[in-house]
Amino acid sequence: MALHRSATRDRGPPPFGMGVVSGVVLSFQFGTNWSVFSDRAGNVLGPLLGYEVLTAFFLEASFLGVMLFGWNRVGPRTHYAATLIVAAGTLISAFWILSANSWMHTPRGFRVGEGGLLYPENWLKVVFNPSFPYRFVHMVVAAYLTTAFVAAGIGAFYLWRGRHERHARVMLGMAMIMAVFVAPLQVLFGDLHGLNTLEHQPAKVSAMEGIWETRRGAPLKLVGWPDEKAEATLYAVEIPKLSSLILTHSWDGEVKGLKEWPREERPPVAWVFWGFRVMVGLGFLMAFTGAAGALLFLAGRLFNTRWFQYLCMAMTPAGFVAVLAGWVVTEVGRQPYMIHGVMRTSEAASPVPAGSIAFSLAAFLFVYVFVFGAGSYYILRLIGKGPASTEPPYGAHGLKKPPLVLSGTGDRGGRDV
Amino acid sequence: MFSLERVLDLPLVWHGLIGTAIFLYVVLDGFDLGVGILFPFAPSETCRNRMMNSVAPFWDGNETWLVLGGGGLLAAFPLAYSVLMPALYLPVILMLLGLIFRGVAFEFRFKAEGRSRALWDRAFHVGSLTAAFMQGAILGAAVKGIRVEGRAFAGGPLDWLNAYSVMVGIALVCGYALLGATWVVMKTDGITRDWARKAARSAVCGVGLFLLAVTVWMPILSERARILWFSLPNALFLAPLPLGAGLLLLLVWRDLRSGREVRPFLASLGVFASAYLGLGITLWPWLVPYEITFRQAAASPESQSALLVGTVFLLPLILGYMAYVHWVFRGKTSEEPAY
Repeated sequence: MALHRSATRDRGPPPFGMGVVSGVVLSFQFGTNWSVFSDRAGNVLGPLLGYEVLTAFFLEASFLGVMLFGWNRVGPRTHYAATLIVAAGTLISAFWILSANSWMHTPRGFRVGEGGLLYPENWLKVVFNPSFPYRFVHMVVAAYLTTAFVAAGIGAFYLWRGRHERHARVMLGMAMIMAVFVAPLQVLFGDLHGLNTLEHQPAKVSAMEGIWETRRGAPLKLVGWPDEKAEATLYAVEIPKLSSLILTHSWDGEVKGLKEWPREERPPVAWVFWGFRVMVGLGFLMAFTGAAGALLFLAGRLFNTRWFQYLCMAMTPAGFVAVLAGWVVTEVGRQPYMIHGVMRTSEAASPVPAGSIAFSLAAFLFVYVFVFGAGSYYILRLIGKGPASTEPPYGAHGLKKPPLVLSGTGDRGGRDV
Repeated sequence: MFSLERVLDLPLVWHGLIGTAIFLYVVLDGFDLGVGILFPFAPSETCRNRMMNSVAPFWDGNETWLVLGGGGLLAAFPLAYSVLMPALYLPVILMLLGLIFRGVAFEFRFKAEGRSRALWDRAFHVGSLTAAFMQGAILGAAVKGIRVEGRAFAGGPLDWLNAYSVMVGIALVCGYALLGATWVVMKTDGITRDWARKAARSAVCGVGLFLLAVTVWMPILSERARILWFSLPNALFLAPLPLGAGLLLLLVWRDLRSGREVRPFLASLGVFASAYLGLGITLWPWLVPYEITFRQAAASPESQSALLVGTVFLLPLILGYMAYVHWVFRGKTSEEPAY
């Protein structure tokens, strides 16, 4: 497709290298910063990470070269195949890394041996641990939605400025198809994931809800300030009984409060509480944007409604922020455990002096801010330049039209302005 | 539970596999790190573009061998992994920071213009240099030995830094420069190739000097090494390694003079192979010298078996498609900036 072609050849690719280098870092930081965790859980988690490298990393990294530089060296079909292989590689990578992460939330299929060392008992139970399917679906869909809203934002920007309109319509149209169908589904997947968490990590859910006292018919707190000292959520704005309804599917269901657990078993509540609100708020905004886009499309005004273009531009980073907020919820919510119920985070750290840790933290912060800052700058400049206008919009890889466009925007999006 | 313990010596098999992965990393990322080390010395901007283009499709796959080295060590020898990483904390972190800078420089330099391009050129050079030096220092520190108590590193944050590790660091920089220069000879022509030939000859001198220094210093440093390499009959069996490395270096020198373009690179790979093998023999059977052997560090047989089953099929597949990528980009690199 022209959009893809222009992205990878005529104007240079989006910075894949940033993803590559942070992957290299990951395979060492388990050991540099969490060596006790690596020693004790290595028997179980090691093979999962090993399979990630063998089945995904190599695939991605090798065919990325063909995808970025192979235009003049291989035929269009081979090139398209290389692109698909890179995409498959990222998905396989997500499978393994999310399986390993989920195992830390809901560890199964292992036994504790001498000296606290963990041994595998059943690989199927390790890999397909209870929270894995939910986390996998939720995260992969989040990644697609994130990309959709970036495309929508860029498309809206071009339409607003009256540039590259033909490409802009494809971008915005495809993004809205994604948003209208997938964003509501994501709300559903998130709900299922939450119910799974309630079953296996109830303290995390109580922190998400900011509920301290166990009670029937618990209200849903829309906003508020969880105060860990006072053991209460202050200034809360509540909707009666809604929390019970969401979590137990009954108006009078019992919801456990944080006081059920001793203080040293509770996660940092405010982070979890607010991370959850940011994620869910953005999720609903995305679903709303999709619905508004669908209505505007039916009214024939999807591509020329000014306020909708502003909304889409404002929503460009929404996916990234929601994903980060979601990870804060699940990871902070797992505290004080590294492996839920098995190993505390405080036991897991390396015997390295605080000075070294502070140095590496500062260095990585500086480098990531610098590198991601530069990356964002170049991406924005790339967007400013836009796709190469001399290219036909479709036709590369032997496809006449992008298949998705046919269903929704084919009649309008394909027409030149 | 499924285990191949009865049929295979699993720790030995994994020792060989991880050793192979690290060797492949050293020679493969070695040539693209070497290109980064030589980068600012190239005679013109066009030369630099061609050098960059000659490694751009490969560096990513090459670096994945390092991910396999790290991830594989965690999977197959978790105890060694969790002792070595804290022991080598600072050089590992500095190496990673170097790799980050040079990795992003590949892409950013083609998007940047003027002064900011010069900045990314510098990032590419300094990043490559830092990564190469730290890898050498890590090796030197390991050879000198690691302090261990129980199942954990028991030394200080600067234990790794000493004259020997600094020397090995510089030696590896020279070695990577040799791989990089001979790679450029193979993949380019004209001014770039002629310049790379000269650079390669300087690198040959450096590598020869340092190989000699390491060989002399190691026996002084460790009695084990002295007995291993300089007592009969071992010396007779092991002599082919240093001799072979020396002869291959001479071959690189001669081929560079006579204008051959592919063999210098292949012979340089041979030099690395002999040095690596010599090192492996010296450190045998330690994974954390001289405290933990590969047998003591081995993961449970179930874990090693589970990963081995897939590796048997996946590793040949990976080598196959990596060879395919090299075939796609065979021949000389074009001048046009590709990013």
